[in-house]
Amino acid sequence: MKILEVEAINKSFGGLEILKEVSFNVNQGERIGIIGPNGAGKTTFFNLLTGDLGPSRGTIYFKGSNITKEPNYKRSRRGIVRTFQKNNLLDELSILDNLLLVLQRKHGLKHTWFRIRKEKYYKALYEEAEKLLETWGLTVQRHVKVKNLSYGEQRQIEIMLGIATDPSMLLLDEPTAGMSQSETDYIVQLLAKLPKELTVMIIEHDLEVIFGLAERMIVLHDGHVLIDDTPEVSKSDSIRWEVT
Amino acid sequence: MKNVYLQFAIVLLLFAAAPFFISSFHITLLTEILILAIFALSLNVIVGYTGMVSLGHAAFFGTGAYAAGIIAQHVSANMLFTLFGAVIISVLLAGLIGLFCMKVSGFYFLMLTLAFSQMVYSFVYQSTEWTGGSNGLSGIPRPVLFGWEISNMVWLFYVIAALFMLLYAGLRILVGSPFGKILVGIRENETRLKSMGYNTNIYKYLAFVISGALGGVSGSLYTYFNGFIAPSDVYWTMSGTVLIMVLIGGSGTMIGPVLGAAMIVLLETTIASYTDMWMLILGSVFILFVIFFPSGLYGIWQDLSVRFQKRGGPSEVTKLNKKRAS
Repeated sequence: MKILEVEAINKSFGGLEILKEVSFNVNQGERIGIIGPNGAGKTTFFNLLTGDLGPSRGTIYFKGSNITKEPNYKRSRRGIVRTFQKNNLLDELSILDNLLLVLQRKHGLKHTWFRIRKEKYYKALYEEAEKLLETWGLTVQRHVKVKNLSYGEQRQIEIMLGIATDPSMLLLDEPTAGMSQSETDYIVQLLAKLPKELTVMIIEHDLEVIFGLAERMIVLHDGHVLIDDTPEVSKSDSIRWEVT
Repeated sequence: MKNVYLQFAIVLLLFAAAPFFISSFHITLLTEILILAIFALSLNVIVGYTGMVSLGHAAFFGTGAYAAGIIAQHVSANMLFTLFGAVIISVLLAGLIGLFCMKVSGFYFLMLTLAFSQMVYSFVYQSTEWTGGSNGLSGIPRPVLFGWEISNMVWLFYVIAALFMLLYAGLRILVGSPFGKILVGIRENETRLKSMGYNTNIYKYLAFVISGALGGVSGSLYTYFNGFIAPSDVYWTMSGTVLIMVLIGGSGTMIGPVLGAAMIVLLETTIASYTDMWMLILGSVFILFVIFFPSGLYGIWQDLSVRFQKRGGPSEVTKLNKKRAS
């Protein structure tokens, strides 16, 4: 089943064309790796999918609905959720507070105005948060401000917050960037365990990581889709090696 | 939580006992502090919790003040009626200004709020028939509550202290609620909140309107207190003063703006009895705070308590490392 249809997307900043006539479809549950050299338009493409940027031309359909002009928060509610290339968290808040903000949005709480957000009033919310923290091995640190955590842990929280929303499509922008080998291995293990029905698109420079996770590869170069094929075919394509 | 109730009860008791122990001059001073504390708390909703710095909050204070005064003069001096009318008009004004101000952020938001505030000032200044123009609005009848005229400063103090407690408790719940947490999230990282699925503009708009409504409440209380309103109460310097109160006290905290309001009123009263240049001294105090104590009076108190805690235990990071090791 098609979950995403991208039709002839273009994006220009002034006279500079970043994306040129990018078109492809994504099926539900697909794991797609996006690679390409710096400046190929990978993150811009994610920004167009999430609504952080609007396209100059072209159309985006998600689950059959035209979302091209929808703002980012509406797309997030539809299930298009992203992580950021650079850690983009609520640094002054604890991990638990970061997570609770995601969960309270997801659940659409009652009494949001006149009841203090405490465990005794919002038990289900806190229980779900604790479960997620346990799964991600962050229980011990839950009350620590995000700014006081290691870079690797912050990357982990980025992904956890994305998954906490129960997305239909998860966009991971360099999830292992700047991580040590052991941290990378840990993240790869967690990503491999993601639900099968979840569609995942990953931008990654670590080719080992991306070939381990993706079942379809898209190579972006100079704003164009250069290759859109299986990792095996893509791996054997000499053009990919030249551009990445 | 029980501690909060205890603190609340102690403050309530102190307010109840105050007229028996302090002079009428100090009761007047305390009443003014409470009114301006409500004003500072109202601004704190947008500046401290939502991260939107406004330089036009006097528009709501002035609107509330003039609305209460005009209603009392022309319709009824019933306090509940004037207060309700002042709040409604302030909400409408905040709703209108907010529609425009939510289109921008940062420096542009600050300038837009300033511009709207000056428009309100200009309106007040020009509408001589209603507002008294440059002479201000005088001859405002004393407020009447449940058929009883509040002509005594002590009784007015009780009414204002009760309202202050009520609004403080309400705001405390609001900022601690899921709604308040969203405001803090917007202050910290609006992009992240949007990617979580929040329509941040709606929350910012609501915060702005709530803030305007409370500003209107403080303005109307000021009318009861002063019995007179001048255009200077709507002027941008009033917005600057309340912003200083929030910053000196500690923005983004509940008690900070109250401390800030107390400090400014006390400084003004003390220094003004020696020299007319109290604004110069206030400016110097503000500069000192910005450079040396950016977290304000509440931040100083927090730093001191952290130092005391350090004697007894390690920091958050050290504790975490120990937990990891174990």
